[in-house]
Amino acid sequence: MKLTTKVILMMGALSMAACTNAGKLGGGAGDGAFDPNAAENSGVIMGSVSDPTSNAYFQQAVGDRVMFEVDQSSLTAVGRATLDSQATWLLTNADYTAIIEGHADEQGTREYNIALGNRRADVARSYLVSKGVPSSRMQIVSYGKERPIEICSEEACYAKNRRAVTLLAGGLTG
Amino acid sequence: MMVRIFTALMALMMTATLSLAQQGPLRIEITEGVIEPLPFATPNFVAENGSSAEMGAQLARVVAADLQNTGLFREIPAKAYISNVTDFGSAIQYPDWKAINAQALVTGAVNVSGNNLTVKFRLYDTFSGAELGNGLQFQGTTEGWRRMAHKVSDAVYSRITGEGGYFDSRVVFVSETGPKNKRQKRLAVMDSDGAGVKYLTDSRSLVLAPRFSPTGDRVLYTSYETGFPRIYVLDVGSVQRRVLESGEGSISFAPRFSPNGQTVVYSQATGSNTDIYTMDIASGRSTRLTSAPSIETAPSYSPDGNRIVFESDRSGAQQLYIMSANGGDAKRISFGQGRYGTPVWSPRGDLIAFTKQSKGRFHIGVMRVDGSEERLLTASFLDEGPTWSPNGRVIMFHRETQGAGGRSTLYSVDITGRNLRPVRTPEGGSDPSWSPLQK
Repeated sequence: MKLTTKVILMMGALSMAACTNAGKLGGGAGDGAFDPNAAENSGVIMGSVSDPTSNAYFQQAVGDRVMFEVDQSSLTAVGRATLDSQATWLLTNADYTAIIEGHADEQGTREYNIALGNRRADVARSYLVSKGVPSSRMQIVSYGKERPIEICSEEACYAKNRRAVTLLAGGLTG
Repeated sequence: MMVRIFTALMALMMTATLSLAQQGPLRIEITEGVIEPLPFATPNFVAENGSSAEMGAQLARVVAADLQNTGLFREIPAKAYISNVTDFGSAIQYPDWKAINAQALVTGAVNVSGNNLTVKFRLYDTFSGAELGNGLQFQGTTEGWRRMAHKVSDAVYSRITGEGGYFDSRVVFVSETGPKNKRQKRLAVMDSDGAGVKYLTDSRSLVLAPRFSPTGDRVLYTSYETGFPRIYVLDVGSVQRRVLESGEGSISFAPRFSPNGQTVVYSQATGSNTDIYTMDIASGRSTRLTSAPSIETAPSYSPDGNRIVFESDRSGAQQLYIMSANGGDAKRISFGQGRYGTPVWSPRGDLIAFTKQSKGRFHIGVMRVDGSEERLLTASFLDEGPTWSPNGRVIMFHRETQGAGGRSTLYSVDITGRNLRPVRTPEGGSDPSWSPLQK
């Protein structure tokens, strides 16, 4: 019981860090900072959006996510443009590694949605590789329908949940 | 809503017939779908010593609840009794029980001695004025008293329906709290009636789809403990777990045991492709069974271990297929409108339960192994993940409600589509997996 409380408190803290974009870069893929329960709050400190080498800049100026049609894993024109920007950024900021998370909306069975989310993440990774980002810098994971960001049961929410999100999982401090 | 579903189901089913033999022996034919539950009485079990009275009452209550919850039986309340059973050995006053229409009478006796518990029971067909089967005696510890009640229920159910029982079994499931975007999940196990919930993991890591081993001592599940989905095997008694290693750079999920408990069948995604593999648990050696570029997942063995049913979108949308347990060509068995997923082979071998999505609704359904005689048992915004009772007569699944406040609850339903009811758990519940009958 105590443990649960702690986990919830920790998640709250992570969410707040993500909102305020405070602090310098830190954390990394290999140090256990990646909290699977805090998908999209990888523990990497955001940095300032005015710093073009920061995580915050990547998320907000470059665009960290691409969206998909219902039950599809092919990239849209907008998605390709976002990934072009991501590729350019990742090639410039070669210290970062990335985890690409694939997600599905709730209109599907659990196992299928994990496989579908995996396809989406892999499509994004493959596109970045085709633009020159070394595949060794990227890992993929699928959450299926387990980690929606929007919780209504309408297409407006579903459209935001069908996504592949590029999470920066490493980088130099300072 | 309930009424509409029920009406639809009744239309789907063949004419349901009532087969309560008032002339012949006491008998319920489950396959036909029972409309009128059979009235029965379960007086408090007779205390054979001074310290047993409370236990006698508790045992009778659990037996009555087990039977009543099947929807096949209806309890006659104690306040209607004309005579009572105060001596387990004395003759039954059949006219007193017939007069209140208690067609079946379950009597019991209990003896508590320290931690030792002895339970005896007899079942009577009051209209025939005869005992149905012989009296039975169970011995155990007071701690296991609920299991002994379930064993009595299983014997009563089995004698009246001619089917195997299912009460003395457990269900492993995912216990859920929190809203959809912050949901916390942990593994839990409970008795089949929802009592005795124990938690097997904490909620620090996302856990999915636990599956009981054929002997009920181990559980396979998927956990994001490492940040990536991996398959774990957990010992229910010690709660010790270990990861089953799979290929580097891949994710693995959707595990199930083979009927002999030595092999795991599961899905592994490498690159964009998800295929079905088996792994020998002892050696860790894996074998790839499918190789299509499509999604192959949710595999489930036939009870004889010779075949595997799974879902694939190789045709363009999720459908059900059956292949040899060694892989090779697969035969499509689902052809209706909509998408079919999460197939589970019945322990009797005759039916496949599945989740179907059609026209924005989810259904739990069953079909024969050749894909014929599809029947949808439920309908809602989101019904998913069927699991079979040990006797293949009841299906448990989870239902998630719509919208921002959506919450997941376990439900059970007969394979006739009748007796849809929530299974009460302390928190939300999903991904149930039913154990075999306990020994």
